[in-house]
Amino acid sequence: MSVSQETIEHLERQARVIRRRIIHMIYAAQSGHPGGSLSATDIVTALYFHFMRVDPGNPQWPQRDRFILSKGHACPVWYAALAERGFFPIEELVTLRQINGRLQGHPDMEKTPGVDISTGSLGHGLSAGVGMALGLKMDGYDARVYVVLGDGELNEGEIWEAAMAAAKFQLDNLIAFVDYNNLQLDGWCSDVMPIEPLRDKWRAFNWETFEIDGHSMRQIVDTIEAAQHVRGRPSVIIAHTIKGKGVSFMENQCDWHGRAPNREEYEQAMAELKDAPAILGQSI
Amino acid sequence: MEWKEAIPTRYAYGEELVVLGHELPNLVVLEADISKSTQTYRFAKAFPERFFQMGVAESNMMMVAAGLATTGKIPFASTYAVFGTMRACEQVRTFIAHTHLNVKIACSHGGVTPGNDGVTHQATEDLGIMRTIPRMTVIVPADYYATRKLVRAAAYYVGPVYLRFTRDPVPVIYSSEEEFVIGKGKLLRSGNDVSLIAIGDMVAIALETHELLAQQGIHAEVIDIHTLKPIDRDLIVQTARKTRRVVTLEDHQIHGGLGSAVAEVLGEECPTPMRRIGLRDTFAESGEYRLLLRKYGMDATAVVTAVMKLMEC
Repeated sequence: MSVSQETIEHLERQARVIRRRIIHMIYAAQSGHPGGSLSATDIVTALYFHFMRVDPGNPQWPQRDRFILSKGHACPVWYAALAERGFFPIEELVTLRQINGRLQGHPDMEKTPGVDISTGSLGHGLSAGVGMALGLKMDGYDARVYVVLGDGELNEGEIWEAAMAAAKFQLDNLIAFVDYNNLQLDGWCSDVMPIEPLRDKWRAFNWETFEIDGHSMRQIVDTIEAAQHVRGRPSVIIAHTIKGKGVSFMENQCDWHGRAPNREEYEQAMAELKDAPAILGQSI
Repeated sequence: MEWKEAIPTRYAYGEELVVLGHELPNLVVLEADISKSTQTYRFAKAFPERFFQMGVAESNMMMVAAGLATTGKIPFASTYAVFGTMRACEQVRTFIAHTHLNVKIACSHGGVTPGNDGVTHQATEDLGIMRTIPRMTVIVPADYYATRKLVRAAAYYVGPVYLRFTRDPVPVIYSSEEEFVIGKGKLLRSGNDVSLIAIGDMVAIALETHELLAQQGIHAEVIDIHTLKPIDRDLIVQTARKTRRVVTLEDHQIHGGLGSAVAEVLGEECPTPMRRIGLRDTFAESGEYRLLLRKYGMDATAVVTAVMKLMEC
């Protein structure tokens, strides 16, 4: 059953709010990773504002769905989503990367409410997802584990160790996304270390595979629904995305992988994202 | 010195896991394709639904263990010490220790006890590596009974623990009644002339040395430091104050492990002349375990020589 157009438009508005939060917090911190945060925004928004069963009042609720940001450097998108969902005050977002803060440069499960597991160095998130999915099945919970992978991180061998294990244990409660913006730190994925044919690789590892436009909220929502109905194997959604999506001068620029905007750039970015609803106007 | 009985400590690990499996429904075991060697096959037989065969992929295994721990399980992840602490080192450091997840890294083939297998399978830097990681507890039991009790203690302790077992048989020095507390060393022999502070399979060598020294009228104190971290500072300072001479014994490089840990404690609290027994910045080689100890200056005869040098100080 397809979701209504109204829901899709609501999620699209929410994604714009999150993009503004990302730019604002990275500008405030003068440090962080805007490119990969913006490319994963629509996926993270769909998960946190439509699919995931979580309780901001009880972040450790054992039966909750889990989220793992394996590309941990993109945590501004996660922090923005968690704050918007009420896990901690929105005002706290500007403490990103600051000393004594709860919002570390890479996600820290002991510090940030709603972070299910720490990540940050690449290649480990899918393995952790396998462990969580096994644990949830042991407990008889129908909770799901969602893992967002970067494309560059697929260079890591451990990802494919995890891919083998997830298929072996028939983890149909595990859904992975590849945030395929095609840019890694040193350049185009196809130059740094080619990962194609990517869908064939996952197929060969016995995963159910989907390939979508990672900025089409309709495709994201419909595909997650389809993946939830897969039985007996894990699913991967290869989402074609644009690094820096939503801010014209950041789009497809690997220079914006890990740098903060200056005042002029910040103002331009916020102006481009200003069709986000008015609720934002006050706090950021 | 003749020992009545010698058993690989990994056997005690495998046996105790089954006992613990009955007590702790959340205890799970992960294995990297060497279950007959690490002895986790016993648990696999008793609790197949709580045994996860992860194949030859140790890095993934450690992170799967971390994921399981976040759902309230008590994962014991087993492989050889050289792989558990080095191939999967970053996984252990960043996602098990930093996160303080309740994962037990339980590894066989510590030190040169895998003798004939050679350097690839001998873990001789693992203790130094694990000891420098914050929030990690490091335990090396000396014999079969110590292993039974300390594996049990680790299972009930909440937080990351590294456990190291032997492949080859090592002498049984304790009885089944002996009790162990994590972080509390054990005084096995009292003496006034020199302190032999040992860990793991080298505790038996310390006891052998004690006997050789006694024949020459030298009375050595023997201490089993089964928990390398947190180390029993009080016991170490107490024995050093008493004898004023300390020799450390470890089946490991002399850098980073027990010798370093004891020197750090004494350097701060009670500077004391020392000798360190262990591999002296060298790799070992293939060969029978006892012959390797002799060749690399780690048998009782070598310890006696070190003690004699120290007596001249």
